Amino acid sequence: MKFSLLSLARQALRGHADWPAQWRSPDPKPAYDAIILGAGGHGLATAYYLAREHGMRNIAVVEKGWLGGGNTGRNTTIIRSNYLWEESEAIYEHAVKLWETLSQELNYNVMYSPRGVMMLAHTIHDVQVFKRHVHANRLAGIDNEWLTAEQAKEFCPPLNIAPGMRYPILGAALQRRGGTARHDAVAWGYARGADRLGVDIIQNCEVTGIRRGAAGAITGIETTRGFIATPKLGVVAAGHTSVVMAMAGVRMPLESYPLQALVSEPIKPAMPCVVMSNTIHAYISQSDKGELVIGAGTDVYTSYSQTGALHVTTHTLDAICELFPDFRRVRMLRNWGGDRRRHARPLAHHRQDPGSRPLRQLRLGHRRLQGDAGLGSCLRGDDRTRRPASDRRPLLPRPVPDRSADRRGRRGGRRALRPPCC
Amino acid sequence: MTGAFRTTTGGRIDRARPLSFRFDGRAFTGCAGDTLASALLANGVHLAGRSFKYHRPRGILAAGAEEPNALVGIDRGPGRYAPNLRATQVEIHDGLVAESQNRTPSLRFDIAALADFAAPLIPAGFYYKTFMQPAGWWAKLYEPRIRAAAGLGRAPRGADPDRYTQRYAHCETLVVGAGPAGIAAARAAAARGDRVILCDEQAEPGGSLLAETRARIDGLCAQDWLAAALAELAAEPRVTILPRTTAFGYFAQNFVALAERVTDHLAVPDPNLPRERLWQVRAREVVLATGAIERPLVFPENDRPGIMLADSARTYLARYGVKPGCRALVLAAHDDAYGAALDLAAAGMEIALIVDPRPAADGELPRRAMAAGLPVRMSATVVGTRGRLRVHEAHVGTIGADGGVRGVDVVSCDTLLMSGGWTPSVHLHSQARGKLAFRADLQAFVPGATPQACRSVGACAGEFGLQAALGPATRVEDDPVREGGFAGALPHDRPRARAFVDFQNDVTAKDLTLALREGFRSIEHVKRYTTNGMATDQGKTSNINALAIVAAASGRAIPEVGLTSFRQPYTPVTFGAFAGTSRGELFDPVRTTPIHGWAVAQGAIFEDVGQWKRAHHFPRPGEDMHAAVRRECAAVRARAGIFDASTLGKIEVVGRDAAEFLERLYVNSWKKLEPGRCRYGILLNEAGFVIDDGVIGRLAPDRFHVTTTTGGAARVLSMMEDYVQTEWPDLQIWLTSTTEQWAVIAVQGPKAREILAPLTEGIDLSRDAFAHMAVREGRVAGVPARLFRVSFTGELGFEVNVPAGQGRAVWEAIWEQARRHDAVAYGTETMHVLRAEKGYIIVGQETDGTVVPDDLGLGWAIGKGKRDFVGKRSLSRPDIAAPGRKQLVGLLSADPGHVLDEGAQIVAMRDPPPGTPALGHVTSSYWSATLGRSIALALVADGRARHGQTLFAPMPGGAVPVAVTGPVFHDPEGRSLDG
Amino acid sequence: MLLITCPHCGARPEIEFRYGGEAHVARPADPATLDDAAWAEFLYMRSNPKGWHAERWRHEHGCGRFFNAIRHTVSDRIVVTYRAGEARPDLATIPGLDTP
Repeated sequence: MKFSLLSLARQALRGHADWPAQWRSPDPKPAYDAIILGAGGHGLATAYYLAREHGMRNIAVVEKGWLGGGNTGRNTTIIRSNYLWEESEAIYEHAVKLWETLSQELNYNVMYSPRGVMMLAHTIHDVQVFKRHVHANRLAGIDNEWLTAEQAKEFCPPLNIAPGMRYPILGAALQRRGGTARHDAVAWGYARGADRLGVDIIQNCEVTGIRRGAAGAITGIETTRGFIATPKLGVVAAGHTSVVMAMAGVRMPLESYPLQALVSEPIKPAMPCVVMSNTIHAYISQSDKGELVIGAGTDVYTSYSQTGALHVTTHTLDAICELFPDFRRVRMLRNWGGDRRRHARPLAHHRQDPGSRPLRQLRLGHRRLQGDAGLGSCLRGDDRTRRPASDRRPLLPRPVPDRSADRRGRRGGRRALRPPCC
Repeated sequence: MTGAFRTTTGGRIDRARPLSFRFDGRAFTGCAGDTLASALLANGVHLAGRSFKYHRPRGILAAGAEEPNALVGIDRGPGRYAPNLRATQVEIHDGLVAESQNRTPSLRFDIAALADFAAPLIPAGFYYKTFMQPAGWWAKLYEPRIRAAAGLGRAPRGADPDRYTQRYAHCETLVVGAGPAGIAAARAAAARGDRVILCDEQAEPGGSLLAETRARIDGLCAQDWLAAALAELAAEPRVTILPRTTAFGYFAQNFVALAERVTDHLAVPDPNLPRERLWQVRAREVVLATGAIERPLVFPENDRPGIMLADSARTYLARYGVKPGCRALVLAAHDDAYGAALDLAAAGMEIALIVDPRPAADGELPRRAMAAGLPVRMSATVVGTRGRLRVHEAHVGTIGADGGVRGVDVVSCDTLLMSGGWTPSVHLHSQARGKLAFRADLQAFVPGATPQACRSVGACAGEFGLQAALGPATRVEDDPVREGGFAGALPHDRPRARAFVDFQNDVTAKDLTLALREGFRSIEHVKRYTTNGMATDQGKTSNINALAIVAAASGRAIPEVGLTSFRQPYTPVTFGAFAGTSRGELFDPVRTTPIHGWAVAQGAIFEDVGQWKRAHHFPRPGEDMHAAVRRECAAVRARAGIFDASTLGKIEVVGRDAAEFLERLYVNSWKKLEPGRCRYGILLNEAGFVIDDGVIGRLAPDRFHVTTTTGGAARVLSMMEDYVQTEWPDLQIWLTSTTEQWAVIAVQGPKAREILAPLTEGIDLSRDAFAHMAVREGRVAGVPARLFRVSFTGELGFEVNVPAGQGRAVWEAIWEQARRHDAVAYGTETMHVLRAEKGYIIVGQETDGTVVPDDLGLGWAIGKGKRDFVGKRSLSRPDIAAPGRKQLVGLLSADPGHVLDEGAQIVAMRDPPPGTPALGHVTSSYWSATLGRSIALALVADGRARHGQTLFAPMPGGAVPVAVTGPVFHDPEGRSLDG
Repeated sequence: MLLITCPHCGARPEIEFRYGGEAHVARPADPATLDDAAWAEFLYMRSNPKGWHAERWRHEHGCGRFFNAIRHTVSDRIVVTYRAGEARPDLATIPGLDTP
């Protein structure tokens, strides 16, 4: 049934008794042409585009819990494409373009809201880095503009730009097309879309093994609901990717770090956009419901615990209170941790590099909501399938930065700010 | 009189201390000891809020932290507005100003309540199904309106001037909840000699004892026993009692976070007190005595003002001396509702009818109620209510043997009290990763095994009754067993009626079944689709009912459906409490050099570099930054300048294997470096990328003075420790951070030698005796000094290292000499310009984590014939050895007056089509006073092969042509180095 | 905030420590002899298990020493810490490892 105001009205007359299930709950078939492991936004998007763009209908998404119940359900919903490296720009810009019409495409309101993503510069080094982003993005045809501190405040009135701040705001890079979306709706919308194209979404089905034939090729997966044969496997298991890949005997250049997030109680609209500060490690937006949605830096150690450490919460909120002193009296409603893969070798998995992608039949997904649409549409069942133009050149022509040092906590003088002199 | 519904005696409020307060502009009087909710009820006010979605009028449902409806904003003046507080937890004080929320223009008449008429059109998840056409209208039209209608309280405006603090504490026993079970646990722990922290979220410790009317404990009435027990605990020096303190988060290893509200209840807070205090407690054992929350019943139109939880109503009477109304209908699925009816009847309230959906209730309290002549109807339920702003009638039907409901009797009432039994508060147990077990008799989850040293006692463990809470050593009389417990929706025959499950978020039983119908089977799915349990009460009154409805509708047992996760915080906690004192100057420690005060006095402008404050430039009156930097640059090249380089990282590497260690770590060769000589060192990570640099001096065969970048100091030391401790523990070396032990004063310029000569003892400064890249020890201005002859400007230069304590004195002595030569003090900006003129790199500016030494033209620094050093293997990886890498070059814009933007991209075409890959980017760009034109450094693909080419920097106003040159703009032969 | 037992100093709060990644990933003795794949393995491949994990910590704001810990990555429970250079304990010999 098509979703629309009309169908809502029609159903209202019937007490909403006739809405069909948004997706089936099928039993697994004995075999599929391809299986995707992980029914998060990314895995479901992959299935959707494989079915829609590439006509693969005999495919399944296998999920150990409930769809959208992993990181998709725990992230902070920021969408942007103002990345520095051309490879990242290309993939995320492709995604942003998909986001712009995703609600119509899926007939599911994913509430994509281009409210603007503003990244704050607190030091001269920040200014240099973000201006480099602005220039790189503009060259790639991606919007990103430089704002003075005063312009930043005009765009986001609650922002504190007092020069006496411990880390004063020297300016900001603004991507107006960046914004937020409703994370659950993304998973559900893709699930409904994929399901309607014949994709089997098999929830509560945990993979316990990956079976490989004599020549090493994949023959199928062992699951808690029995063996399912397939010659192609896509793994989009977020923080659990290493765990799943280990079943195929494949080691991954990944480590899973918890990324904490929290929301406040709902308040009337106060935060018009997304604001991110890498230097003092916090980012914030306001949901349609009115909650301030706040994210922190990654925790310092690898974990799958999905809870947050209190000292990380305190550091996040002291940063938020510095940037937005008006919010000091607002209260935290809920605090949790997502797991986020950090690539020991960022983006390496996209690369045509046998070192990092040891099994030809395996494809790996990415890590962020903003990438769900874009990467989902590019994660290919095989190399013949279409991919976006920007994706056609090799995705990684140079060694990739190891910026892990920059992602550590700011306490203890660990950060690589502007270094030396003399 | 403090309200028409106030009883003349009884309760713990102080009738002799009336307090005036305002709610929505109207003046009221309450008593000391009242909450806002009890004071409003005493004045006959039930209507306290509007629901989130339908804006339905809502009354006070509960008496504690679980309250979903009565949310208010409290205004204490500029910057002191707090939204979304529960009226049941706000203590009144004289002059309290409260306002209702989420209504326009008033609570009684809210225009947004039109949404209620549209309710059939907007069931759970309706927003996923509409607002999609035409594309773009979501963000422009629909979303702003939805946002304006959503939200609860208004956002605070203005910076909060209140203070918040934090405390750490350790104890053997932390008891959460000072009800009977908590007090018993605290007494037992105190008797063992434990350090005990007993915290309770309420203003007064005591929990249910504060409203206990029946039982006698050790021969005393409950309040007298409580007073004695608390007095005994208070007299114990090892016991800390924290009222108004909510344990909200339970972390690994018995680490529990408490939020203490210190001053909100005071009319005139002591300015020396913080508003709130965050406690972080590490306890050997945690005793959870968090009690239980009474469960509402789900029946049609169960949400009108005047409909309350039965035991909450009883609490208002017993504790606050407030009758919730005149005539009550009681819907009892648990015996406790009979107890409430008895108490309220005894206080003079008319009990119109007790309706019990159970076929029989033969417990002690039902029997007493019947004996007292209260009218009771078994196997009956409420199938509807009437009353816009206050319930005025209830419709009672009979439950047939088939479960259907027949017949309707209209009962008039101004209060409807309900009880579905009790839900143990297992939140903290669950946060502690404890397991939960379902108990069918209670229709509730109770704590199971826990991996932490933590136990639950009393009602939160499903052990109800005072005797169970206080233990066998205490004698409790008149503590009858109470039975019952109902979860889910009561039956009715009105398919179109709405029976609310989550009051705040307006989730009805029908919404839950709709979600199931649409394929949302997991409880997490149902929760997210319907938003049940996602309101500010986090489902304290709604989760278990929702679970039971989902279970029943999907033919599963409740434990099969499972629970949603309990996350911290238990109740919302103020951001400010987390931030604590970390604000303003204290947000992050400020590091200053010994010379900082001098620079401040000179009017320097500072920049933040990591935690350091560094003098950026020294403007003279009337100068802007550019003028000051031009003047400083020119002075250094023409005469001299002095510069505070104290922030440089410094590490003393000492030991037999010091040279071997540096040999393995840095790209350079160190073994043949003579004592008294220095070398520019480059440090890579194992991936081969430049991560730090700095001059390293050899003072003795076994002693090196290593300098690092300002930002890299801690990282480099940690990396060194890592290698020396874990990879090469056989090496005999010792590492000491000396960053803050040395003040470093750079003296640069042709007059540098003349400036230092009069101050220097024991060091021959002459060119022959003290060559470039040498280090000497002696005295400067009478202070022991390490003197490096190094230059980051291209001029003759020295860096004077003296003990930090004497840094300011030596600086001032040098400054005295410098002034005689018309030299200047210069800041980091001038330092950057001067080094760029010489093509010297800055790690972090010319590098970004992807740059190897050869890219920077620094391949010469790599020790010849070294088989290994950190990162060496990576330098032969295919990508790094490949041609076409970005290399450091100089750029000269065609217009010498145009200073390129740092970060500008470099391309080969004047008008690159979108998507053209960049050849590179500008890393540094300045006006060069020395050259009288702009200069820039850039990383450009194949840059060294492009010298002489014209490339372009695309800018919004058009591309800027640039000529590629070598990176050294000034004095390429290095003639100035010797002065 | 975890309590971490430094083998040299005893139990201290987590904020005194700095995480150092997976333990027992030794730097190859002679990297020059490794092919690119083997070197990449050393640089980038980590076990990232969901379960017991041998990992390095440094007591940065204490004694400054590196040491190793066995921690469960779901519960964050640390069952044992031991000095750098000591062999990874045989997990079978540590009591309590059957529960996270």
